[in-house]
Amino acid sequence: MARIELNGLTKKYGQVLAVQSIDLAIDDGEFVVFVGPSGCGKSTTLRMIAGLEDISNGVLRIAGETVNQREPKQRNVAMVFQNYAIYPHMTVGRNIGFGLYTSKLSKAEKQERILETARILGLEDLLDRRPAALSGGQRQRVAIGRAMVRDPVAFLFDEPLSNLDAQLRSAMRIEIKRLHQRLGTTVVYVTHDQVEAMTMADRIVVMRDGRILQVGTPVELYENPVDVFTARFIGSPAMNLVPGRIEDGVLALPGAKLSGIDASEMSGGDVLVGVRPHDLVISDGGGDGLAVSGLVTAAEPLGSETLVHLDIAGTEAIATAPGRVIPAVGSTVKAVAAPSSLYLFDAKTERALGRL
Amino acid sequence: MSTMAVPTTELAANRRDIRPGRIITWTLLLIGGVLMVTPLLYMFSTSLKSAGQVYDLRLIPAQPTLDNYIEVLSDGRFLRWFVNSTLVAAAVTLSNVFFDSLVGYTLAKFKFRGRYFIFLAILSTLMIPTEMLVIPWYLMSSQLGWLDTYWGIMFPGMMTAFGTFLMKQFFETVPDDFLEAARVDGLNEFTIWWKIAMPMVTPAISALAIFTFLGNWTAFFWPLIVTTSRELYTLPVGLSSFAVEQSIQWEMIMTGAALATIPTLIVFLVLQRYIVRGVMLAGLKG
Repeated sequence: MARIELNGLTKKYGQVLAVQSIDLAIDDGEFVVFVGPSGCGKSTTLRMIAGLEDISNGVLRIAGETVNQREPKQRNVAMVFQNYAIYPHMTVGRNIGFGLYTSKLSKAEKQERILETARILGLEDLLDRRPAALSGGQRQRVAIGRAMVRDPVAFLFDEPLSNLDAQLRSAMRIEIKRLHQRLGTTVVYVTHDQVEAMTMADRIVVMRDGRILQVGTPVELYENPVDVFTARFIGSPAMNLVPGRIEDGVLALPGAKLSGIDASEMSGGDVLVGVRPHDLVISDGGGDGLAVSGLVTAAEPLGSETLVHLDIAGTEAIATAPGRVIPAVGSTVKAVAAPSSLYLFDAKTERALGRL
Repeated sequence: MSTMAVPTTELAANRRDIRPGRIITWTLLLIGGVLMVTPLLYMFSTSLKSAGQVYDLRLIPAQPTLDNYIEVLSDGRFLRWFVNSTLVAAAVTLSNVFFDSLVGYTLAKFKFRGRYFIFLAILSTLMIPTEMLVIPWYLMSSQLGWLDTYWGIMFPGMMTAFGTFLMKQFFETVPDDFLEAARVDGLNEFTIWWKIAMPMVTPAISALAIFTFLGNWTAFFWPLIVTTSRELYTLPVGLSSFAVEQSIQWEMIMTGAALATIPTLIVFLVLQRYIVRGVMLAGLKG
């Protein structure tokens, strides 16, 4: 187990800055998830931690030691890859044992470790099988086993669940989370799936264009996003944004009614009002907050609730209705949101202006 | 009276089978097959004829005899040439598999300055005909004292541009994740190549080994030039000596050739699957 520190970590490919001077401290035993769209630099950062990419600038410390110049094997970290990277010509047992290839343990001790790892991951009966005879989830478990068997100071996961179907992905999320709770090893996990980030992370690092936008617990990021990007990236479906304007301390939104909202301390100008789909509820009821009227363009019944796509004065938005309520497409419905559920962003800089 | 009902789909299938295009294809394949097999049949036929019957061009000998085989096999020289050919072909094959793979892997998986230039330089050697290279090879052998040695026969083929190209193309299909996973697991680069990358390109290695072995088994020109001692002759060179000694002993040449074909046939029969796969994968005309 180890603390990982990134100080001004930078990666350049020629003139292109893939990772721009990022600072982050990952605590011993912490589960940190890097999340962001493709090309945001999250995988590059992970690969720099693993030692698979040279560090252009900055300092990387693992367990207090600067490891910039160390080979991957000298960092004692283990990595699980997106496509599993389990060797097709080796059995499950040999694949798991391959993590101990350079270990000085005796043959018996190695075998003991392999069996113990296989037992933890439920692979005891598959030790003699080849990867081709395994399911996607089993292959991923073998990949995790190969990482685990070495007893590394940190696990690095590079989008490990991307190749699995939705059901298996959900099951593996829980397995990895349980494994982390059991082993207590530091985990750095990269994904573009915000659901994975929200469900697994102790802390989430949101990246974009090679920079860290925000670091925080899942709830912090959900409740207090620093900008529009994070607000829309975290939470599913994505947050609705309705353009508006503050003038003389009064917030006005086209096609919407606002009551009980005090914007007198806000500076004037164009703003974006954010409301999460789960907070914008189809209702005829009154009360303070946001009330909009919109044309139903689509309805997605999910059983427990229905996602209702609305056209509010030319702006697309998603609201929720109880599961058995499925508004007709083409009808006009009303939706309301409480004042405490509204977010405010500067329309120009897209930075958060705070909650209303 | 009952009539047999022929399913319409069967009729349609029959019509498809006798399409003109299909007839032309089969005819061309048949002609090709006959052209390729006939010389082989004549070789076996002649090997079963006595010296007096050689110019009797009947395919089935009037009085077949195994005397030629007995004579060739009891002649110690033939066995020696057979061993020489096996030794040379095996050593060159092993060397090609090792060096072509190593260089191909390096060119495919490592980024370094001049990589593209080196690859082009290697490929450009494919454009030079073997006949043109024989003189420099000979001069080199002469200056290094390799004339009339096993090493002299083998060295030009120990590594080939074609093999390097073939292996490079295959190694490019191996996902980097496998190699990086091994790197994180602590393996050195040579072990990664040997333990991880090589087992993942076995079809290519099989194809390369088969082509190299067969090519060297039948090689004639360079072994003829570089060897002078009869003990160092390879099988094709040795067989040709039957033609120049006194008179052309066709029946002996054909017997030797028939015997020389046997290992090739065995290789083809045993490894047929790999050869076809190798040819398909390499985009070669086998």
